[in-house]
Amino acid sequence: MRGKKTKRSASGPAVATVVVMRLYIANHAPNSIRAIANLEAICKQHLKDKFKLEIIDVLEYPLRALADGILVTPSLAKVSPPPSAKVVGNLSDKPSVLHALGILEPVE
Amino acid sequence: MNASKSAAPQPLPKIATGIPGFDELSHGGLPQFRTSLLRGGPGSGKTVFALQSLVNAARRRQEPGIFVAFEENTSQIIANAASFDWGLPALAKNKLYFLDAKLSPDVVKSGEFDLSGMLAILKAKKEEIGAKWIVFDGIDVLLTLLQNPVAEMREIYRIRDWLADNEVNAAIITAKIDSDGTGVVHYGFLQFMVDCVVRFERRLEHGVALHRLEITKYRGSDFVAGEYPVSFGPSGMEVGAPEPAEIKQVASGERVSAGVERLDTMLGGGLFRGSSTLITGVPGTSKTTLAGKFAEAACRRGERTLFVSFDEAADRIARNLTSVGIQLKTHIKSGVLRMYSSRTETIGAEDHLVKLKTLIREHRPRCMVIDPISAIAKTGGIAAARAVANRFIYLAKDEKITVLVTAINEGDQPETEATDLQISTIADTWIHLSYLIRSGERNRALTIIKSRGTWHSNQVRELVLSDAGPILADVYTAGGEVLMGTLRWEKESEEKAKTLQRRAEFDHKRHELQAAEADTRSRIKALQQDLERQRVELEMYSSDNEARIVSSSDKEKELRRIRSADPAGRAATGTVPTLAKRRASDGSGNSGRKSKKDALDAR
Repeated sequence: MRGKKTKRSASGPAVATVVVMRLYIANHAPNSIRAIANLEAICKQHLKDKFKLEIIDVLEYPLRALADGILVTPSLAKVSPPPSAKVVGNLSDKPSVLHALGILEPVE
Repeated sequence: MNASKSAAPQPLPKIATGIPGFDELSHGGLPQFRTSLLRGGPGSGKTVFALQSLVNAARRRQEPGIFVAFEENTSQIIANAASFDWGLPALAKNKLYFLDAKLSPDVVKSGEFDLSGMLAILKAKKEEIGAKWIVFDGIDVLLTLLQNPVAEMREIYRIRDWLADNEVNAAIITAKIDSDGTGVVHYGFLQFMVDCVVRFERRLEHGVALHRLEITKYRGSDFVAGEYPVSFGPSGMEVGAPEPAEIKQVASGERVSAGVERLDTMLGGGLFRGSSTLITGVPGTSKTTLAGKFAEAACRRGERTLFVSFDEAADRIARNLTSVGIQLKTHIKSGVLRMYSSRTETIGAEDHLVKLKTLIREHRPRCMVIDPISAIAKTGGIAAARAVANRFIYLAKDEKITVLVTAINEGDQPETEATDLQISTIADTWIHLSYLIRSGERNRALTIIKSRGTWHSNQVRELVLSDAGPILADVYTAGGEVLMGTLRWEKESEEKAKTLQRRAEFDHKRHELQAAEADTRSRIKALQQDLERQRVELEMYSSDNEARIVSSSDKEKELRRIRSADPAGRAATGTVPTLAKRRASDGSGNSGRKSKKDALDAR
């Protein structure tokens, strides 16, 4: 949706480009705190430093979240590279998050 | 009762939804500053109810509202509501805010989430537009995504807390909860959380969808219990709330013609203005003709009239009625008469009522015909049709419309089967048409079974159709049998012949008597003439005789004088004694009669 600059498959072994993400949370709600922790763990393991994460507190910026089409918290939006994706929940289901972000979990 | 009244003197504040019927059922609308739950299966009308309340608040009270759609896209909702005259697209631009809360199918779910973000957004939006109403439509869709009963319960609590913190005039939550009670526990909790629960149901009866609504809970308030029909018209949803128990119609003493002069006479002067008349009969007994006559008479008086026919095209009815001398077309052209026809297979009774209401609103008739009202019972449940028929009659009465409805009877015994719709009890006048088959003929008979508040004839009349319209003829009862048609004609001819014969006989007798009288009179005259003649004769004879006697004595004298003889002695002895003798006999006769008379007087 957001441009067709790259035709790269999302299933590359490692991600070369920087992944831009936004995490919408509701202040200190338990699920939100868990989501931050889960996401940080995933990023550390799979993206190293090749990611950009913006954390938005919906309670503070509700209209911003509304404009972004966010309803429930926590929600993770992958902005780039395409395809964009949205994950709702506290991100405890790691494989689904990786899949949504286009990261293939390395075979261990 | 009194104790509870004194304990809670403050009535629960309520806010009207503006949905016809519902505000009556709930005695004022939804609880103000509280949350109401609308539950029911798909397509049962929850969304329309919620949206209509929101629209009414925005239009009538200028109260902005928020509609959170979990189930459908907001664009879909607005498009769906376009069939109602709400002007929703315009309202959606300023007064109403639609939040698309439908999670797109490509959203990945990973672990638990909650609604705190959404509620924060709603709070911001509410403050932005000053919303007084909020609707959560299809909340079950979102809750199901939680896939965890505990989480669902937690989120319901969260919504409740939010609603408590963010006071709105009314909050409406709709949810698909099966009406058969198989709903899961936490939805039960949803019902517990709210102050008012309205159950919606859509079911098929004989292939026609019927909508129902029932208030199952109303905390701190009484309400009308029971299930009520819901119908959808151009202005949205309408609930068939029962009419107020108190009947406020004012009875009119004014009479209007039923269209047939003799029928008016039978009814003691016509139908009462604003009354309802039911004409029952098997097919072909001229119910439509009588209805047409009534409509025509009303049009001639210049009264706006509405003719509703079911299952037959208006144009055809007008044409058919022309054949019996009823002219409706000119009145249609002049706009006095409005004819409307509708099929009945496809629509439920409730929808007919909505349509009738619209027609009445548009045409504002003073007289109205529904032919046949029994057609509305053809589809859907009989109970619904009954309710609709009743409500229609009450509606007509409230509007002071003189209404005439026809109903088809399958049997021919009015007393036993009455009508399926049971309107015979609420109709003021009930005219029954039937066939009498005798001597190979089928004739129409008209009876007035009842007519409230007025004298009416108890006689059966024969209904005869002619080019000039229906005519009511007397029927003869001979030996306990009612004579109609040819038999009636024969009887009439016979009566006529008898009358003629009687008259002829009378005339004859009179002539005879007159002749006899004349005869006697003439005889009397003749006798009188005889008498007269005889009297004259007698007088003539007497004077003649005197004359003769005088002349004869004179002659004798003369003779004596001439003869100068002395026959005096002889002559005196010859003539005088005869005269004296006659005089004496006369005198004795008189004295004898007189003495007899004296004797009688003495007695």
